[in-house]
Amino acid sequence: MIRFILLQNRQGKTRLAKYYVPLEDSEKHKVEYEVHRLVVNRDPKFTNFVEFRTHKVIYRRYAGLFFSLCVDITDNELAYLESIHLFVEILDHFFSNVCELDLVFNFHKVYLILDEFILAGELQETSKKAIIERMGELEKLD
Amino acid sequence: MNPFSSGTRLRDMIRAIRSCKTAAEERAVVRKECAAIRAAISENDQDYRHRNLAKLMFIHMLGYPTHFGQMECLKLIASSGFPEKRIGYLALMLLLDERQEVLMLVTNSLKQDLNHSNQYIIGLALCALGNICSAEMARDLAPEVERLLQFRDPNIRKKAALCSIRIIKKVPDLAENFINPAASLLREKHHGVLITAVQLCTDLCKVSSEALEYFREKCTEGLVKTLKDMANSSYSPEYDVAGITDPFLHIRLLKLLRILGQGDPDASDCMNDILAQVATKIESNKNAGNAILYECVGTIMSIEDNGGLRVLAINILGRFLSNRDNNIRYVALNMLMKAMTVDAQAVQRHRATILECVKDSDASIRKKALDLVYLLVNESNVKPLTKELIGYLEASDQEFKGVLTDKICSLVEKFSPEKIWYIDQMLKVLSEAGSFVKDEVWHALIVVISNASDLHGYSVRALYRASQTTTEQESLVRVAVWCIGEYGDILVNNVGMLDIEEPITVTESDAVDAVEVAIKRHTSDLTTKAMALIALLKLSSRFPSCSARIKDIILQNKQSFVLELQQRSIEFNCILQKHQNVRAALVERMPVLDEATFSGRRAGSLPTSVSTSTGTAHNIPNGIAKPAAAPVADLLDLSSDDAPAPSSSGGDFLQDLLGVDLSTASAPPSASQPPKGGTDVLLDLLSIGTSPPAQSSSSASDILSSIQDNTASLANLNGLTSLSPLSANGNSPASPAPVMDLLDGFGPSPQKNEENGPAYPSLVAYESSSLRMSFNFSKQPGNPQTTLIQATFTNLSPNVYNDFLFQAAVPKFLQLHLDPASSNTLPANGSISQSMKVTNSQHGKKSLVMRIRIAYKMNGKEVLEEGQVNNFPRDL
Repeated sequence: MIRFILLQNRQGKTRLAKYYVPLEDSEKHKVEYEVHRLVVNRDPKFTNFVEFRTHKVIYRRYAGLFFSLCVDITDNELAYLESIHLFVEILDHFFSNVCELDLVFNFHKVYLILDEFILAGELQETSKKAIIERMGELEKLD
Repeated sequence: MNPFSSGTRLRDMIRAIRSCKTAAEERAVVRKECAAIRAAISENDQDYRHRNLAKLMFIHMLGYPTHFGQMECLKLIASSGFPEKRIGYLALMLLLDERQEVLMLVTNSLKQDLNHSNQYIIGLALCALGNICSAEMARDLAPEVERLLQFRDPNIRKKAALCSIRIIKKVPDLAENFINPAASLLREKHHGVLITAVQLCTDLCKVSSEALEYFREKCTEGLVKTLKDMANSSYSPEYDVAGITDPFLHIRLLKLLRILGQGDPDASDCMNDILAQVATKIESNKNAGNAILYECVGTIMSIEDNGGLRVLAINILGRFLSNRDNNIRYVALNMLMKAMTVDAQAVQRHRATILECVKDSDASIRKKALDLVYLLVNESNVKPLTKELIGYLEASDQEFKGVLTDKICSLVEKFSPEKIWYIDQMLKVLSEAGSFVKDEVWHALIVVISNASDLHGYSVRALYRASQTTTEQESLVRVAVWCIGEYGDILVNNVGMLDIEEPITVTESDAVDAVEVAIKRHTSDLTTKAMALIALLKLSSRFPSCSARIKDIILQNKQSFVLELQQRSIEFNCILQKHQNVRAALVERMPVLDEATFSGRRAGSLPTSVSTSTGTAHNIPNGIAKPAAAPVADLLDLSSDDAPAPSSSGGDFLQDLLGVDLSTASAPPSASQPPKGGTDVLLDLLSIGTSPPAQSSSSASDILSSIQDNTASLANLNGLTSLSPLSANGNSPASPAPVMDLLDGFGPSPQKNEENGPAYPSLVAYESSSLRMSFNFSKQPGNPQTTLIQATFTNLSPNVYNDFLFQAAVPKFLQLHLDPASSNTLPANGSISQSMKVTNSQHGKKSLVMRIRIAYKMNGKEVLEEGQVNNFPRDL
C-alpha cells in the first residue's frame, strides 16, 4: 500500500503531497523535510530505494522534481518505479510537455489526475488512455 | 461587499505569492488572503466559495494553518453543482483526515451522493470515502459501497472496489459481505476493474481466513487462466509498457497467486505452469520486465516446493546480481535473504558475488549485502569470509564501519572454531575499529583470554605488540592494559611461547612504559586511565623492582579532578606504602569467570554484570535495597563483603522515622558522593564508622570526609578484588546520636547465651577510673565464626550514671550485632549488661578488634569515654 506521495523540487518546496494515512500537520512537515533530505543528496548511480523509518521510499528525479512514493517494506519496488513513470507520462500528456510551473498553477487538476490514478493507496487504473479520457469528461462538466 | 473579498483569482494569488522575494513578504500576502477568505466565510459568501477554497488549498500546501476553512468544505459538498462538489471533496481530502471529528458531519452528504443519479458525483464520493473515511463512516456506508460494486459503469465499479479495501481495513468484521461481490469481479475483462478486484481480494485474504479459503477453492484456476491469457495476448497499445501488456496487472495477479498458493500444495500445483512460463518468457532488459520477474521469483519462493521452479528462480536472482543496474542488484539481495530459508545451498554458490556487493559504493546495497553475508556464514566458511570482511573494514567509511564491526564481532563470537583464531580476529578488529566495538564485546574478549590459560602468553604478547603500533583505538588500549597488568610476568619472562610466535623481549620497565603511556595520553578516557592505574598496582606486585617508579606514576594522579582517579590513586598509594604485606594477596591473578555463566548472563542481562569480571568495576552498588522498615539491627551491620548497605533512601527514612536531629556531625550526603553515600550517612548517624588508616586527625569534619572517602574507596577495592579489603582500624567520634535509646525499643530478642562450644576466658575490655567493661565469650556450636559476647559494665564510682549508652565500631570484616542493655541506668557500684554478637568473616586469619564509646550522665554532666579493645583472644 502506498502511504504517501510527494512531489518536491530540489529546494525542498512541496508541489504535491497526498497522504493515504492520517498524520498531523506538523508530522507531515517533518516527513516532507526528512524525505527531501534523504533523496536530494543521493547520487544518481545509487538505487532508487531508500529505507525511511519502518517503510521504504521509492523515488525518481524528473528534471527538477523528485517524485517520491512511500510504501510498505514488503512491496515490490520495481513495480512502483514503473507506476511513477506512468504517472509522469500521464501528466506529460495532459499538460503537453509538462513543466514544474504547470503543476504549480494547476495543482487542483494534478490532484484530480492523481485521484483517478491511485485510490486508497492502491492503483486504480493502468491505462494512460483511460485516465486521459476520464479527465476530459470531467473537464467538460466544470 | 468588502472590496478585498475574493477579488483575486486563484491564478493571480499564486503569481503574487511566487513573486515574493522574501519569506516575510510571502507571509504578508498569505495573511491578507487568509483575512479576505475569513471575511468571506463569515459573510457566508456563496459566489466565490469555491475559488476561496482553492486558494485555501494552495495556502495549505505552502504550509500555513487553514483550519478555519474546514466548515467551508462541508458547505461546498452540500451544494448541488458538480464543480462545487468537486472542489469541496478535494479540499476535504486535503485539509481533513480521519481523526478529525468534523468528518462525521460529511457522512450524510456522502450517503446522498453515493445514491446520486450523476455517476461522476458518485465517483467523487467514492474517492473521498476511499481516501479518508474513519471506522464509523465505513460502517455506516458499507452497504452503499457494496451495492456499487455491481454498478453498470466500470469506473464506478473499480472505485468501489478500492473503497471497499479501505472499509475492510478499518472494519475487518465487514469482510464477509465483500467476498462474493469480489469473486464475481474477478471474472471481468476490463483491466481497471480487474486490477482493483485483484487488490481487493488480496486484502480480503489478509484480513479474513474465510475469504482466503473461499478464493483458494473457487478462484485459483480462474486467476491462472487470466494470467495465461494476458501473457499470451497480442500487442495492446493501451496497456503496453515496454513490450509487455499491462505489467501492473501481471504483478498483482502474481501477488494474489502467492497468497493463495502459500501453504497449499494443490493450489501451488495449479500455478506451476504459468509461473514457469512467466519466468522464462519475460524479457528482462527493461524495468517492467524485471519487476514482473522479481514478483514471480517471490511467488515461487513462497509457494509449496517444486524443485525445478526453485532452481529457475535462484538462477534469475543470480542473473540479477550481476546486472549493472543498482536497483536490480538491490532487489536481488533482498530476495536472496528470503531464499536463504528455502534453499541455503543455492545461495552459497553466489557467495563471491555477494561479497563483492559488500564493497559497493551504494550504501543501501552494502547494507543489504552485509546482512546477507551474515546469514551465509557457517562453520566451514567463517574463516575466509571473516578475512574478507576485516580486510574491507579498513576501506569502509565511518557510518558503515560501526555496522560492519558489529557484524564481524558477532560472527567471530558465534562461529570461532578455536580460541586462538578468535583472539587474533578480535585483535585485528580492535586495531582497525576499536572505537566502534561495543563494551560487551571487549569484555567478552577478556573473559575468553582469561579462560584460555595456555594462550595467556600469546595474548599478552600480541596485545603488547599491537598497543605499540596502534594507540588511537581506545578498546584495544584497555584490553592491552588489562592483560599487561594481569600477565605482566608472563610477558616479561616469555612464558608459554607458541611455535608461531616471533620472539620478543620485553623488560619490566617496557611493560610499565606501555601502561604509563596509556595514562599519560590526554585522549584516554576515564575507563582507560582507571584500568591503567589498577594494572600498575598489579605490576608493582609482580615487578618489585619497578615499585618505586610505579608509585610515582600513581601519585601523579593524586590531585586529579576526576574523583575516580583520585580515589584510586590515593588508595593504591596507601597500599604501596603501608600495606605491602597484603599487596600480593590483593592483586593475585583474577579468578577466572566461567564462560558459560558469563554468556548466559550476558544474553539475559545488562552489561553491569560484566563489571565483576574485569578490572574496571565502577562499583555499581545496585545491591539489595533493604526495605526501609527492616529491623534496625541491620543498620548496625557493618558488613560490606556482600551487597552494599541500604541506599540513602533508607537512611533518610530512618531520619524521618526517628525524628532525630542528626545534623551536628553527620554531613548530609552530597550529590557528588558515589552511590555508597547512603552507607556513609547511616554510619555517621549511628556514629559507627571506619576511618582511613593513614589519618588520625580528630576534628570531626575531617574524619567525616575521610570516612566517606574511605568507606567508598574500600568498597571500591571490594569490587576490584574478591579478597576483603584492609582492616581499617579506628573509629570516628561522631555526634552522640541518641538513636541507641530508641533502638532499645526496637531491639530484637536478647541473645541467648549458649555455653556450648569452646570456652574462652573473659576479658576486661576497657577500664577507667569510673567504669569497667568486661566481656564474656561464648560460641554457638557449629558456628565458629560467630561469637556471643556478654558485656558487663561496672560502675566504679559512687555516683549514679544515667542515660548510659554503649556504642561499638568494628572493621569491615566483622559484623556486629548489639542487643539492648539490661538498663540505661548504672547504679553506683552496680553493673548492667549488654549482649552482642560478632561474626568474623576472617575467622582464623584476623582476630577481633573493636573501638568503643561510652556515654553517660553523671550528676547532670555529660561524660564520654572512648577506647579500643585489642586484646581479644586470637582465635575468636
